[in-house]
Amino acid sequence: MGRLVVVGISDQQVAAPPDNLITYALGSCVGICLHDNLSRVSGLAHILLPESFVDSDRKEVYKFANTAIEELVRSMERKGCARIHLTAKIAGGANMFVTSGMSIGERNVDMVKKELRRLNIRLKAEDTGANYGRTVEFNTSDGSMTIKTAGKGHKVL
Amino acid sequence: MENFNNLNEIQLSVISEIGNIGAGNAATSLASILADRVMMSVPELQIIDVSDMATILGGPENELAGILVNMKEDVQGMLLFLLDKEFVCMLINVLMDEDIKGFGDISELDMSAIMEIGNILAGSYISAISMMTNLNIGLSTPQIAIDMAGAILSYPAAQFGSMGDKLLFIEEDFLSGESKIKSHLLIMPELKSLQLIMESLGVC
Repeated sequence: MGRLVVVGISDQQVAAPPDNLITYALGSCVGICLHDNLSRVSGLAHILLPESFVDSDRKEVYKFANTAIEELVRSMERKGCARIHLTAKIAGGANMFVTSGMSIGERNVDMVKKELRRLNIRLKAEDTGANYGRTVEFNTSDGSMTIKTAGKGHKVL
Repeated sequence: MENFNNLNEIQLSVISEIGNIGAGNAATSLASILADRVMMSVPELQIIDVSDMATILGGPENELAGILVNMKEDVQGMLLFLLDKEFVCMLINVLMDEDIKGFGDISELDMSAIMEIGNILAGSYISAISMMTNLNIGLSTPQIAIDMAGAILSYPAAQFGSMGDKLLFIEEDFLSGESKIKSHLLIMPELKSLQLIMESLGVC
């Protein structure tokens, strides 16, 4: 039996079979699952905000979409991934409370997609937006992403 | 004062006192609505890390009702009440004369009752701050989200992510008959507003 590697808020982890990845209760945050179909090395990042405005210290790199994804790719490359094999699945970016203008959740999703395009990583599936929280579990063996919600059912992408 | 991480002792005790008076007001108004069936303990102020917050609330996936109220005019910021399933059910059962057991049983009408409770609780705290500081503080219409604790907390975490990772947080026990229910309140004034409150009270 593999371990279930837990990814916290503003955190990221890399795992390979038999281990799997999980991050709990994404609200406006976005969970980004990257997967290399050949080596099965997978990564999960949990970002809080779209972009950093100040030169932040190393710890803060994981907090923002515009710095976290590239960092995750680098960690995966160190574990033997080829960037060209990477595909992405993303979830989260909900709008938990109504806000005027564009919500943090939407801005997070936009920035994540922009970053994936910049890094030439294909987005294979997403479950984003709406107004409810999501727990994301990523299966490193088959690259499937399972979404669990409170009262809105489960789905596998 | 750059963020909540570096509040001093005096500033902390001022916030604590605001919490005390606010909670007292809240208990009085709740007791009148619920016909004296609810008592409140002395509130406890804590300053904690965003990432520890979910643990205190029973884990990131624990379902809660979050009631969000924005402060406006002289003081900007937000109040977020985090209420347990037991507490919400008790409030609805007493107020609406129902017998619900979980969040799944809550109707639209129940939701508006909970929002009204949020309004009353928020008003109690705000009038405490207004009275002590002579500042004019307005409140937005409350919004409610029933969801996983972690998901609800992502909202304040994102809004205040640039202000450091600490949150001001008040924990209170509500006593109803034999049962004791914990409720939590996050207070998030913008730093400028917190400074203004401190200045109005003669604390620097």
